[in-house]
Amino acid sequence: MSDWIEILDTPLNAADCISRASDVTAGGIDVFLGTTRAEKHPDGRELVALDYEAYDEMAIKQLHDLARQSRERWPIIKLVIVHRKGRVDVGHASVIIAVSCPHRVESFEACRYLIDQLKAVVPIWKKEVWSDESTSWVEPSIGTQG
Amino acid sequence: MTINIRFFALARDLAQSGASTIDAPDQSTVDTALIQIVAQFPALSRIEPRLATAVNQSYVSRDHVLTHGDELALIPPVSGG
Repeated sequence: MSDWIEILDTPLNAADCISRASDVTAGGIDVFLGTTRAEKHPDGRELVALDYEAYDEMAIKQLHDLARQSRERWPIIKLVIVHRKGRVDVGHASVIIAVSCPHRVESFEACRYLIDQLKAVVPIWKKEVWSDESTSWVEPSIGTQG
Repeated sequence: MTINIRFFALARDLAQSGASTIDAPDQSTVDTALIQIVAQFPALSRIEPRLATAVNQSYVSRDHVLTHGDELALIPPVSGG
């Protein structure tokens, strides 16, 4: 079992993630990067960053649970999930998932499952940081999409 | 019994604290502990219905019975990714 699961307060390195997911028995590595998207508020403010907070101990435990669940469904060889905390400027990555499997379809499906579940259950939160330095917590229940 | 409380994100801002403890009667549930917590931190009342709860880093329902020394976390809607 080769899972690299971590919450980091430093910039994420996609090349590292791909290298950690690589394996000679793999036929495909699917990689997902979630990035901070530029937004303009109707009142003219611009989004400059997202500031992430995590309940580290529980988030790591939940990510390992998701890894275990995905391994029950797909023949995963290696799996990487790294998530940022702290400030992530527009254009930068907040999460990287990399999954290697014998065949590409399995990698696509497992990677999609992992990011969808991560967004639904893992105790991590983001706060929008705007150009006028105002901030607001993202509340999915009132329609803001991550 | 002592229950250790953790607040995150919006709940932490509203409580103006990341952690606290309450002294709860034996056999208290998450639900009754929440009533005590909201009494102590009234600003939480506006998000209380939307909070998920975790005990010792696992999600639990509100009828979960607490034991001495548990860590009860108040979890606003998550927004990772």
